[in-house]
Amino acid sequence: MSSQVLRAPPVSYPDYRVAHATNASQASGHGAGGPAPKRIVVGYGFWIFLLSDVILFSALFASYAVLFKNTAGGPTARQLFDLRNVAIETGCLLASTFACGMASLAVARRSLKWTQIALLITGFLGLAFVLLEAREFAGLVAHGAGPTRSAFLSSFFTLVGCHGAHVTSGLIWLATMMAQFRAKGFREDIRLRFLCFTLFWHALDIIWVAIFSLVYLVGTLPPQMLP
Amino acid sequence: MTMNQNYDAGSHVGEDRPPGAPGVTRTLEREIGGYVLGLSLAVALTAASFWAVDTRSIYGPGVALALLVLAVAQMGIHLIFFLHITTAPDNTNNILALAFGVLIVCLIVFGSVWVMNHLAYNMAPMDHLMRGHG
Repeated sequence: MSSQVLRAPPVSYPDYRVAHATNASQASGHGAGGPAPKRIVVGYGFWIFLLSDVILFSALFASYAVLFKNTAGGPTARQLFDLRNVAIETGCLLASTFACGMASLAVARRSLKWTQIALLITGFLGLAFVLLEAREFAGLVAHGAGPTRSAFLSSFFTLVGCHGAHVTSGLIWLATMMAQFRAKGFREDIRLRFLCFTLFWHALDIIWVAIFSLVYLVGTLPPQMLP
Repeated sequence: MTMNQNYDAGSHVGEDRPPGAPGVTRTLEREIGGYVLGLSLAVALTAASFWAVDTRSIYGPGVALALLVLAVAQMGIHLIFFLHITTAPDNTNNILALAFGVLIVCLIVFGSVWVMNHLAYNMAPMDHLMRGHG
């Protein structure tokens, strides 16, 4: 590549750049050594999108926290939440994130078989999560605790449903990634798309950590233990 | 954290590094080991959260705070072991963006709760009005 010509000679680096030598180019991301590799730039751009998504979720968390006690005489979180179901959902999503990490290792080694196996496991665990959540929502609505019942339930369904919608769209993305690896192989642009997908999938699990801890677990605490 | 210092977000994708480049070799065992360690820590923190709800060995009003701390710790684990956010130089931009995101999230969440609690405190009690229309 032409940027090789422009690259600064590998002189001695200060200690704080200890991880520098493992980098593909000598680019530091600070302008020295030419432009950063494409995966750094693409990863950064998608990271910005993910952070904006996190900020969207933070607004939903804030409205849930404000409206949590406004049950309008209806059922409270403690009466509604089933922690066993939440534990299974959490396990599904965590295992799914792990499988997604395994898929990225398989992609790095250009193993189509293991990539597809790992992605299939990722997808099935994600699908199990979505189905469990849909069943929980259907049960709540059937018991008269739908989103129209109280401000608490409106904010609950918006927050958790928004996460569920993200996971569902992630599943569609995952299926298209499997098809693209199959049809187009490990081309650079496909690998960059896959990089974005793994970041998306891991970020969804981070959002879920906040949901199961601060919505479900805190929600089932007895009233005298609530802040 | 030291064993992950050679990672960056998405280092597994698009290895445009020439073969035999200097640096720490990333064997499959090492990389799987990193994910397994992250998974184990995440499972341990998740289990601790579910345990904290049931146990009586934590001071009652402190449980919610404990859950918050455990959740933040687990998010950190996910960021380091799964998203590979590190202190490497080519990750500086990611770290800065993350720091700004955390600032905005804290402003939105704690700011909303703070303001709305004060608003509720300054309002006349509405319970008797609400009850009739529940």
